[in-house]
Amino acid sequence: MEIVLVSLLNGLVYGMLLFMLASGLTLIFSMMGVLNFAHASIYMIGAYLAFTVSQFLGFFPALIIAPLLCGLLGAAIEVFGLRRVHSNGHIAELLFTFGLVFIIERVVQMTWGMLPMPYRVPAVLDFPLFTFYGQYFPAYRGFMLLVSAGMLLATWLLLKKTRVGLIIQASLTHPQMASALGHNVPAVFTLVFAGGCVLAGLAGVIGGNYQTTEPGMADSMGPIVFVVVVFGGLGSLMGCFVASILMGMIMTFAVVINVSLLDLLKPLGITLSGDNLFTEFMTVPVARIGALLPFLLMIFILMVRPRGLMGTRDT
Amino acid sequence: MRGLRLLGYSFAVLLVFLSALSSGRPVLAEETIKVAYTDPFSGPFASGGDEFLKNFQFIIARKNAMGGALGRKFELVPFDDKLQPAEALIALKSMIDQNIPFVMHCTGSNVGSALIDAVSKHNARNPDNRILYLNCGALATELTNEQCDFWHFRFAGSVDMRAAARIKALPQDLKKVYLLNQDYLFGQSIQHDTKKWLAKLRPDIEIVGDELMPFGKVQDFSPYVAKIKASGAQSVVTGNYNRDLNLLIKSANEAGLDVRFDTFLSHLIGGPTAIGAAGENRLTSIMEFNSNVAVDLKVPEAEKFANDWRTSGHDTDFSALNFVTMIDMLADAINKAGSTDPMKVALALEDAHSKDLLGQDVIMRKDDHQLLMPYYAGVFSKGVKYDAEHTGFGWKNYMTATTADLTLPTICKMKRPE
Repeated sequence: MEIVLVSLLNGLVYGMLLFMLASGLTLIFSMMGVLNFAHASIYMIGAYLAFTVSQFLGFFPALIIAPLLCGLLGAAIEVFGLRRVHSNGHIAELLFTFGLVFIIERVVQMTWGMLPMPYRVPAVLDFPLFTFYGQYFPAYRGFMLLVSAGMLLATWLLLKKTRVGLIIQASLTHPQMASALGHNVPAVFTLVFAGGCVLAGLAGVIGGNYQTTEPGMADSMGPIVFVVVVFGGLGSLMGCFVASILMGMIMTFAVVINVSLLDLLKPLGITLSGDNLFTEFMTVPVARIGALLPFLLMIFILMVRPRGLMGTRDT
Repeated sequence: MRGLRLLGYSFAVLLVFLSALSSGRPVLAEETIKVAYTDPFSGPFASGGDEFLKNFQFIIARKNAMGGALGRKFELVPFDDKLQPAEALIALKSMIDQNIPFVMHCTGSNVGSALIDAVSKHNARNPDNRILYLNCGALATELTNEQCDFWHFRFAGSVDMRAAARIKALPQDLKKVYLLNQDYLFGQSIQHDTKKWLAKLRPDIEIVGDELMPFGKVQDFSPYVAKIKASGAQSVVTGNYNRDLNLLIKSANEAGLDVRFDTFLSHLIGGPTAIGAAGENRLTSIMEFNSNVAVDLKVPEAEKFANDWRTSGHDTDFSALNFVTMIDMLADAINKAGSTDPMKVALALEDAHSKDLLGQDVIMRKDDHQLLMPYYAGVFSKGVKYDAEHTGFGWKNYMTATTADLTLPTICKMKRPE
């Protein structure tokens, strides 16, 4: 029982981190039809910037400054890069963001070096929040949950309850009409791209000291975020939320599940022996292949329902 | 457009000029002995590769100051393999193109296995341009057993040797252990040999958990910590290293998990820092060397060596004694063979007897090209002369496994060339 509770909490924290990252990506996609491959790279930059800023100003100023800097970077990418490539079609935009991944990774390696950065949890948050079943739940994880929930609420409020949100929603589905009514639709696009990058940067600030801050972090987060966005459905924030929590739970719970396919068949009296591929396949415990499961799920959803769970837009 | 064309032409001319300048090799009075070194210098395990590179630069500079070999100096040529066998093979091709006769490699038995195979095939097909693989840290037992090869020399204790020392060094009152290892050749080797030696030496110990986790990919260890807690284990016996170990320990600390960590490699960079004060008398490791061993064995030269390392701008502890042994034995073999030809050096290296920096006997066994050497079990505690990574705690040597203790049988059936 205790392991279920522990895994539930840990899965929730990881899922919310994934959501922070994936929500920016899905917003950008639903807005501009561009799947921004460089989104995880912005996450990495957010973590590195937070580390550098926190060395001079402390963690909490970095929490505000680093995402804003990422937003500025996003705006620059959109205005000077994406906008020019836009006329060449979706493939060109995709390739552009793909190329950005490599450039950003090299720039990070050149600026901060190849070794992991000692980006630590701030001392004021480094204590056990509560104890359950003899284990501590670190306060920093509670903080992560708080920030991600707050960010979710703020984004939802912005999109649904403000005038700016209204214009954004209109530009989403009817860009020509919104433009004809006098709204600066290109500026809205830049705003949304920058906003998505702010979200990614914030995820980086929070996640950089939860995980390790090193030049490979974009490569480790990128695929999972992609899976979440595809699984949840392109263009749907709710779907993205459901998918993030689901993936977080799956990856966390998978580790604690030690059963294999053969164990499920044991009640039927089936046993296997021999050192061949089939036995290997049937006896591998779920815990060993936990990292594989999100990708299997993505393949499954693409076969069964390509739109994703709650997608509003085809790929 | 004319201006652009002119720019393009002048750029091309500049490129040709520059390449002409750099294509001529500088002629030295005496050619250096090139030794290639490949390890991850980028990626999640970069901190380990980076540290080893600095170790080698220090050791080789010292060896060159003492004369090198055959009156020639050693030259270290590093290659980044990113801990990927494919990248290591690309690097190997580059080394062969540069006629480098020796390649050292210290991280990742998956890469080690690929290198043994590639070097063996290359040397069989190209007898005039051979290369010798000097293994300083790919530890899976299979590499000097099932996969043993004439062109491969391992200058580090195999998993089998370390596991024997590890199980011997477990406290007598320990009854429940949790095995956690990385899911690749090395981790599986540790898992296999740990269970073998537990059955042989400590049948009273119950294995309450036996887990393989993804290699170098796990960011969040809290599910593993939860499992360890639920199993009721008193100790985690793990071959994890670098990031996979440091994050595990950090996570266990955060969760307040009260178990021992009887590790294989926690003395490597980052381990002591990760556990900090929480590790007192709870963390043990099996190591080639630490400064306190030099104090115990009363070998001031070794103590001075480690201190010189510290004072020459490196803020880390020196533990890679087998690297010193490797360079020393390589130099001796080159001198004995009178050349750097890999065939002659290999014949001089096998069955070589030498003394390491601590004055202990070490033997490069001819049967499997495995170096037989001692290992020291250290416990993380106060009251030692040298602390680890400025934590205030250091490694206290509480058990020694001698070269004789660790002379274990091998199933190697080496195919000798010609």
